[in-house]
Amino acid sequence: MSFARLTLARGAAPMLRSVRASPQIARIASMAVPRFVVSPSVSAFHTGAKRMQATETQVLITPSAESLGFEVSRAEGESNTRPIYMDMQATSPTDPRVLDAMLPYMTELYGNPHSRTHSYGWETEKAVDKAREEIASLIGADSKEIVYTSGATESNNLSIKGVARFYKGKKNHIITTQTEHKCVLDSCRVLSDEGFDVTYLSVGKNGLISMDDLKAAIRPDTVLVSIMAVNNEIGVIQPLEEIGKLCRSKKIFFHTDAAQAVGKIPIDVNKMNIDLLSISGHKIYGPKGVGALYVRRRPRVRLVPLLTGGGQERGLRSGTVAAPLAVGLGEACRIASEEMAYDHERVKRLSERLVAGIQSKVSHVFRNGDEVQTYPGCVNLSFAYVEGESLLMALKDIALSSGSACTSASLEPSYVLRALGAEDDMAHSSIRFGIGRFTTEEEIDFVISRVVAHVDKLREMSPLWEMVQEGIDISKIEWAQHA
Amino acid sequence: MSSAVTSAAHRSQVLSLYRSLLHHSSKFAAYNFRDYAIRRTRDAFHAAKSESDPEKIQAMIHKAQKELEVVKRQSLISQLYSGEKLVLETSKHQRNFIGRH
Repeated sequence: MSFARLTLARGAAPMLRSVRASPQIARIASMAVPRFVVSPSVSAFHTGAKRMQATETQVLITPSAESLGFEVSRAEGESNTRPIYMDMQATSPTDPRVLDAMLPYMTELYGNPHSRTHSYGWETEKAVDKAREEIASLIGADSKEIVYTSGATESNNLSIKGVARFYKGKKNHIITTQTEHKCVLDSCRVLSDEGFDVTYLSVGKNGLISMDDLKAAIRPDTVLVSIMAVNNEIGVIQPLEEIGKLCRSKKIFFHTDAAQAVGKIPIDVNKMNIDLLSISGHKIYGPKGVGALYVRRRPRVRLVPLLTGGGQERGLRSGTVAAPLAVGLGEACRIASEEMAYDHERVKRLSERLVAGIQSKVSHVFRNGDEVQTYPGCVNLSFAYVEGESLLMALKDIALSSGSACTSASLEPSYVLRALGAEDDMAHSSIRFGIGRFTTEEEIDFVISRVVAHVDKLREMSPLWEMVQEGIDISKIEWAQHA
Repeated sequence: MSSAVTSAAHRSQVLSLYRSLLHHSSKFAAYNFRDYAIRRTRDAFHAAKSESDPEKIQAMIHKAQKELEVVKRQSLISQLYSGEKLVLETSKHQRNFIGRH
């Protein structure tokens, strides 16, 4: 409002006209569409997010050239709509409350939080430290144990490489699982090039590790166990408390990648004996480009930093802390701790509605992952006799993925599902549905109806499905070799 | 007597806050935020309906006032950068938000 008045006072003629004209437009619009009206003062400045992205000639938003095999064209007659977002494990929308907390630090309060000589620095430092407390309290930690990073990938790299390199020589063995995120697996691969031994635990059909396997894998020179809290593809929750207890009794550091878990399930680093824990901002309705690492102080965990320089963040992560992002992460954590019970109850209800809705109308649908030890907001379904990528392409109105965003460009079946022992055809036919704080019942019902329609259609075209309908057991068929 | 007076004062204050929150929540241009803001407001006020401790009521009023400021600012921002509507907001799926409060 004040913005509009400002322009009026300055007498910018074209703007004046548009401001004057807009109430009428708004009034007309309000008659036709009673539901939502852009206020007159706003319409003068309104800009579509897409419009800002577009160039002179209107371009169709398609995947970049590196994304293999995808040709995206819009559905007929639906040229001006956006698909429903159901990929919450890839990223989540920024909560408006988070943006509200961040905006002052992107505009007026731009001080460097490490500046000690003036109030610009002090006010930003105060906000960054308050955010640190919010993050710490969400996981039952002390704020001195929180280090800001650029995201969970950096947190995972820092904890795995940092611990291993610090204790190198004395201890040389790391344990992780086959279903970890790529950044954990890749950090371990780098370390095995540096001479470390890495054990990749296999998981059961339900996606959970066996405690006996873990016990058996532990050696006197094991320095670190890194096991993720909630899996990003199938949503299973590993037995953190048991793992933590075992590791503590053997004096081994326990790192967990909790990017998908923090703010969604209760986590207490002391109760669970977690020594290092990775947090991501944008998975919990916070901003992208920020994360945190919890590093235990007692008993102390020592790390070799990845970045050297100004010695910020207790020397573990040099570089100016991104104050607006840190504030956003803190606010996201504050909201998460306040809303966890409410969100969880709702996500659970929507998740049950989705699974029941699909399974009641389509046969041969299997849920991947454990039935009980699973975060309900991550639903991974395999549709037998349907090719997952074809289904994804058919479901143009819904933003979905068959697995993690990092590997969504490749047509390989997910390594996580293969680690569960899934047959290749079932791994190929899987789709992940992500449900979050802002998902609505209406969206779930829409998704159910589209999925049911397209699975039926794709199966009708499938010769395999026809054979199944005729009662032929496909797994018993001996296929002729190609000449 | 005095508690009856304060509770009557609270009542009108709470109702007016509730109405303003719903009103401004319905101004979010983004479907998901709009739906959430309205739903969260309803659920929060509903859950606190039988609260009788004046101190707690005062604290909740204070919190709701702060939330209202956030909703006012953020619904405006949502309007400034609004994009295309979601597929289910097209005519056949349209849902009337204003008629519900």
